[in-house]
Amino acid sequence: MNEAFPSWLEAAILTACLGAIGASTARARLRAFAWGMTFTSAAAGCALLACVQYYWFSGTDPGVVDDWQSRFLGDRLLALDDLSAAMVPAVALLHWVTAFATPRARMRRFSYTWSLAALALRLALFSCRDVRLLVALLTVEAALPGFELRAQRRAPRVYAVHLGVFAILLIVGACGLGSSSTSSHWGVPVVAAAVLIRCGAIPFHCWVTDWIENASSGIGLLFVAPLSGIYALARLVVPSASDNLLRAIVALGVLTAIYAGALAVVQREARRLLAYLVISGGALVLVGFGLHTRLSITGALCLWFSTLLSIGGFGLAIRALEARFGPLALVAHRGLYDHAPTLAVCFLLTGLAGVGFPGTLGFIATELVVESALHAGPVVGLGVVAATALGGVAVVRAYLLLFTGARHASPIALGIGPRERAALLIVAALILGGGLFPHAGVAGRQRAATALLDARAALHPLPARDARR
Amino acid sequence: MTTRGELAWLSGFAVIASPCGLAFVLGAGSLVGARLSESTIARLVKWSTLAGLGATLLVLAIMLGTGERRVVVDLGDWVTISRDYHFALKFVFDRLSVPFALLAYTLAGAIAAFASRYLHREPGFNRFFTLYALFLLGMTTTSLAGTIETLFAGWELVGLSSALLVGFSHERAAPARSALWVWCVYRVSDAALVLAAAALHHSAGGGDFDELLGSGLWPHARALPPLDQAHAVGALLLIAAAGKSALIPFSGWLPRAMEGPTPSSAVFYGALSVHLGVFLLLRVSPILDASPALCAATVALGLATALFAHLARGVQTDVKSALSFASLTQVGLITAEVGLGCRYVALVHLLAHAALRAMQFLRAPSMLREAAPRPVATDLARLARSRSSLYRFLMERGYLDLFLLELFVRPFLAAARGCDALERRWTSWLAGAVATSDAAAASIEEFT
Repeated sequence: MNEAFPSWLEAAILTACLGAIGASTARARLRAFAWGMTFTSAAAGCALLACVQYYWFSGTDPGVVDDWQSRFLGDRLLALDDLSAAMVPAVALLHWVTAFATPRARMRRFSYTWSLAALALRLALFSCRDVRLLVALLTVEAALPGFELRAQRRAPRVYAVHLGVFAILLIVGACGLGSSSTSSHWGVPVVAAAVLIRCGAIPFHCWVTDWIENASSGIGLLFVAPLSGIYALARLVVPSASDNLLRAIVALGVLTAIYAGALAVVQREARRLLAYLVISGGALVLVGFGLHTRLSITGALCLWFSTLLSIGGFGLAIRALEARFGPLALVAHRGLYDHAPTLAVCFLLTGLAGVGFPGTLGFIATELVVESALHAGPVVGLGVVAATALGGVAVVRAYLLLFTGARHASPIALGIGPRERAALLIVAALILGGGLFPHAGVAGRQRAATALLDARAALHPLPARDARR
Repeated sequence: MTTRGELAWLSGFAVIASPCGLAFVLGAGSLVGARLSESTIARLVKWSTLAGLGATLLVLAIMLGTGERRVVVDLGDWVTISRDYHFALKFVFDRLSVPFALLAYTLAGAIAAFASRYLHREPGFNRFFTLYALFLLGMTTTSLAGTIETLFAGWELVGLSSALLVGFSHERAAPARSALWVWCVYRVSDAALVLAAAALHHSAGGGDFDELLGSGLWPHARALPPLDQAHAVGALLLIAAAGKSALIPFSGWLPRAMEGPTPSSAVFYGALSVHLGVFLLLRVSPILDASPALCAATVALGLATALFAHLARGVQTDVKSALSFASLTQVGLITAEVGLGCRYVALVHLLAHAALRAMQFLRAPSMLREAAPRPVATDLARLARSRSSLYRFLMERGYLDLFLLELFVRPFLAAARGCDALERRWTSWLAGAVATSDAAAASIEEFT
């Protein structure tokens, strides 16, 4: 690409920004939908092209030497690398399917302005390599949902307390990170604490359930499914954290995964079930990063990608059901299968993909994390396996409660709409396609893991060398 | 590769590909909402099952013709991470897998033909055969797996499809509760297997059975793992097998599984699924051989299950439950045979029992119509008159479900619900609202 023009990545971010401004001026909901979908599609297309371009040039970012960012900002702040190349289009796709699958009845509640602004922010966040900008983007990203809660007339205090502490710790920790030439920064544990709050590790996880319960379903999903905190962990913590700190992250990750899995089993509302599956999935990714071997980090990166898609699909299935049947209580058998068989299949498929069922995207990822966890110790391995087993029980229990039982009586047709079907089928195809042909995806994640370990090796020569085995 | 070798490879590939294709077509139809007609589904099932059966027979004929006792269909590495990890897709046709694959195809084909009439115009016709396709894919993958990871993938597919078939009758809540119970037991079994698989993979540097169990032909392969590892891995494999084959203390799920329609009871619980745990023990028998203590535990578990199931069968009041316990008696005996090292006896016993039991299950609905009214079992009446504690014990199916419920499920649910209630109070307090949680008072009905 010509250096005088922005790259596809920058085009995606600019398109989303322009779309957010445009959508804010549209008053009629159908017009807002048309505007929002046009710009979300364009931004997602640009993000996909950026990813294709990255891999097309075999891992080199075109225009690195003298692009407009370097010329005007003094440094190249936003660029794809092996860590972000797959996540950027995945995040864009999640936004696209969420916007596309919005039922007509929910268009009033789903803000395309918010969605496009959040998309621009997340695309920038997931391609950001500069510490200060990354901290700023994470802080702004955490602040935006407060407005959503206000718009929904919900008390934002639980969210504000947790994410406020997150933002403070992140900013304070970033001040203590210093230069990258040494690992002995007091800021690293502080940033790690911030990341743990953002990922919903116990005992700082209550904001996740509160947020998913109170936000509108689409916006709520878009904020939690990408697991933005993991990106901060990979960029800011893993390269420079001490072995003891990473061990603590593993321990907390295992406890969180088991705890969230156990609570997912007993939930009485579908939204809270979704929240605990997000927490459990994120915790398993934390475990993979914390173990800091090539195998575990590759597994964690694969799991991150699969969690984004599977939780996204699971959330969309719940959202489609809620649009038809209202809040979904998991207390009695509701008999919804006959009304929405496709939704039932997608619910089960995406839910089981999130816990690593064979044939889905999560299978190999979970295998890799289990393998490396057992290598670290039988207790860690047992914890990871128990968490996935509990997640599987929670998903099938919810499926049986929602879709079996005496047929739900309704005088009107409650089948899935064509847009919802298309969105869910795209997610299902990616989950199954990635599960059946995982090699290319795993190879990309392995390169990212190697790069992370190389960065770590520069700061921790001996332990990192051990970890490369 | 010789022409015969190529033919064997292609036939072996077809054995796996035919249920894959069937699962893909029926699964994709379910996903996109395309409703295939009953006759189309029946034809697809018939021809794919016949294709799989024919291909298996062809592999067998080639093996007999050439004297080759082991045909490997290696589809290459599915995932490779430098020297750290590789996941090979490999299928092995040997003296154990070929008879089991033939059994799976024969019984599944016969029962598919039965089910296409039995479920005629049932609303769940399409769903049944989609789950059937997944089950068949899982069975063939498990029986022919050349690596433990491949075996695990098939194992999980069998578990999910079986559990969903137990809950096939959507309009009633009882089958759904039974399905959840079966799924919970299967998850315990899956967890044990995945731990064993990861431990074996880690110790051998790969999941290939050749590396794990020695390269000799089954059943003469000899594995020499360290004794402590053999104990740990063997114990995990025994738990996995016990869960899948309903051995003590997991026996309670088998009669619950009879909530499913008759064809699924016949093919899945009477004939194939319930034998999968025994098949696993046969496959990993070299690991059992490495530890006399494990062999003794296997024999004890098998005999205890057989004794319990034999007694419990006598007091059942419906045909399918009685058949399920009769089935379990034989499964217990086969397990004991595996523990005693009688591999061929166990294999022949398994094949004969599966075929007999499938036929009995399929006959069960007709028996109800044809048989004259008479007491179900004379020993039941005798025991009932005596009002013995043994009678109560057996009527409660050995209190095995109650044992699992009271010892594991209730405490787990109580703890989880307590934590949930605390969290809700904490969140409500933080939000400045009044706690209204009633989670602590929740029932555990859906798990029982």
